Amino acid sequence: MTEKKLANSQLGSLDYDPAPESASIARLKPSYGLFINGEFTDPSRHEQFVTLNPATEETLATVAQASAVDVDAAVSAARKAYETVWSKTTGAERSKYLFRIARLIQERSRELAVVETLDNGKPIRESRDIDIPLAAAHFFYYAGWADKLDHAGFGANPQPIGVAGQIIPWNFPLLMAAWKLAPALAAGNTCVLKPAETTPLSALILAEILQQAELPAGVVNIVTGDGSTGAALVDHRGVDKIAFTGSTDVGRLIQQRVAVSQKRLTLELGGKGANIVFEDAPIDEMIEGIIDGIFFNQGHVCCAGSRLLVQESVADEVLRRLVRRVEQLRLGDPMDKNTDVGAINSAQQLARIEELTEFGESEGATRYTSSCELPEKGYWFAPTVFANVSQSHRIAREEIFGPVLSVLTFRTPEEAVAKANNTNYGLACGVWSEKGSRTLWVAERLSAGVIWANTYNRFDPTSPFGGVRESGFGREGGRHGLEAYLNV
Amino acid sequence: MPAVESETQLRALLTALSGVDAVGVEARAAKLATRSIKKSTKMKAIDLAISMVDLTTLEGADTPGRVRSLCAKALRPDPRDSSVPSVAAVCVYPDLVAPARSALGTASVAVASVATAFPSGRASLNVKLLDVREAVEAGADEIDMVIDRGAFLSGRLGQVFDEVVAVKEACGEAHLKVILETGELVTYDNVRRASWLAMLGGADFIKTSTGKVSVNATPPVALVMLEAVRDFAETTGRIVGVKVAGGIRNTKDAMKYLVLVNETVGSTWLTPELFRFGASSLLNDLLMQRLKQQRGAYVRPDEFSGD
Repeated sequence: MTEKKLANSQLGSLDYDPAPESASIARLKPSYGLFINGEFTDPSRHEQFVTLNPATEETLATVAQASAVDVDAAVSAARKAYETVWSKTTGAERSKYLFRIARLIQERSRELAVVETLDNGKPIRESRDIDIPLAAAHFFYYAGWADKLDHAGFGANPQPIGVAGQIIPWNFPLLMAAWKLAPALAAGNTCVLKPAETTPLSALILAEILQQAELPAGVVNIVTGDGSTGAALVDHRGVDKIAFTGSTDVGRLIQQRVAVSQKRLTLELGGKGANIVFEDAPIDEMIEGIIDGIFFNQGHVCCAGSRLLVQESVADEVLRRLVRRVEQLRLGDPMDKNTDVGAINSAQQLARIEELTEFGESEGATRYTSSCELPEKGYWFAPTVFANVSQSHRIAREEIFGPVLSVLTFRTPEEAVAKANNTNYGLACGVWSEKGSRTLWVAERLSAGVIWANTYNRFDPTSPFGGVRESGFGREGGRHGLEAYLNV
Repeated sequence: MPAVESETQLRALLTALSGVDAVGVEARAAKLATRSIKKSTKMKAIDLAISMVDLTTLEGADTPGRVRSLCAKALRPDPRDSSVPSVAAVCVYPDLVAPARSALGTASVAVASVATAFPSGRASLNVKLLDVREAVEAGADEIDMVIDRGAFLSGRLGQVFDEVVAVKEACGEAHLKVILETGELVTYDNVRRASWLAMLGGADFIKTSTGKVSVNATPPVALVMLEAVRDFAETTGRIVGVKVAGGIRNTKDAMKYLVLVNETVGSTWLTPELFRFGASSLLNDLLMQRLKQQRGAYVRPDEFSGD
């Protein structure tokens, strides 16, 4: 009888009434121009494209498509600002601007969170509690460095590089803009930022903030558009440095194109992060960590823990608890404050996730998909776990970039390390154990830029982030993040 | 259920439990605290919370008169509105069980009594058992015992276990709530182990705190205890309740705990039979928020009786 009562214990049976954040807080304009030389301007060819709300497929705004001519104007503005203003501005002065930007991000945080959720599809809880506060924190952090570059460990009086071309992805639009702009400006560079095609809006709100902060004209320029805009920026001879975050395929193309130039390059690319779970892991927190590792931001995270390597002795227990927890995730309206999993960012990304998961089934892995209802409109994918995955399966090797976890097992620490490293990528790994000596032994042997112990997907401006192998090179965040923008 | 035959076996059982990562459990509790409870859910949750209150008075200055007025409040928390449910129990010291019993009669509100040299637990086992028996004889339906934290912290787990077993026996038909006093156990690992120890010893409820030390119930501690009752039920088939006590003063706090229950153990526990709030001032805030939900505006605190 008690057994039956237990089995009937419905998790989340207290239905939460909808608690939607108001979309009107976004105060979106019908259309946005390019941000060049401190002003919003029309693109030279008057071309526009629309940006959608991926949760409803409704148009949010039209945005300017920057051509090579516009990119040239932006780079010229950045060059002029660099030579006449920014390179002559003291570190202490640059610091003041960065502090001002950080404070304005905080002041407009609610608006930015709503814009981010509308444009990207991520839950408002995440944009409110993670994306926007972290973006402000990055500006605060690098504001502190701007007048202390002499003491950053790169010798006396390190010099900026010049004009930085920065191309960012759609998964953390504002946060990635902050990761790129804050260290570049602190180090004394000027910037041309190219936001992702599907998520340009928060960067354009940031442009308004830069105006509010009275940042000198041309120090930051923002050009929206598709891949052709990015290509024009990469190819522009006036750009001294390219910083790119995005897919490994595009990263490879960029590296080829800058190969015969003077341009500096940093790349932050894809990953196939492994969460390694030993039998003595703190089980409840570990389950939460795995969930956060793969379902945070719908799995649209380059460092997502998309592979779970679990010690065979606890594999059944971990899988049972994991499936129960997946079933409990609240998928739906990203604007609802109680939503855990939001919308997939685009139809194109959804198609890729669907293709790879179908492949997973045909390869013989066992699929568990949450029985949650998917909204009719918009792009949605139910949280999914694949068990009995082998190293040779495509779902264990390729980056899915969606809410899909592949579970593999191991028997010894040596085998765990070998399997974790058996990938082309090397961005992030997690190690779960109550035994510190084992965690350190494993961490030393993992080929990955970031290794988390008993946690996953934790970000902090003071901590460097970046990959090895096909996950890219260069570091963002921390003192290390300055190096990418200094002539050292 | 694993029978505990020796201290060595008990120790092996408790130390084999998974550790608790402090950073992780606090992050999880903080994340669940951001759940937004609105409209009809809030109304439902407020009524549920009222029905889960153990209305408590544990002061040296308590008198039969004070206890009688508390009982009246327990039965009809808001005399103007009969749709407000009664609370779960009235919780008093053993010598005040009799007046509470006579005031409540055969009503559904239970009489709970702290016992076993509450709150410190510093007395011989005989004294503790006598304390329990007297409370039960005077009509207590529920006994809130304290564990010997000194014995637990010095590793005399067998002694703590034997006391729980003996008190359970002394309780007879009365329900046993075992107070872990988590503020004195300090670590989450200790909370998890003490929870299992109490459940193995026969606890019907495990309870966070006496309310008499500086750190009382906290959401992460409640989360660890809820995980313990969930895992214990899965392992043994026996379902144990959880009572959070001390420092829960307003509706917002109570909602956070209900979310923890909802998302950790689920519907089976969303009942006064298996989840309780040990509190005194919480009830009036629940009543005030209930009225606010109905009328759209706050009323003055003096609209409610001060008991």
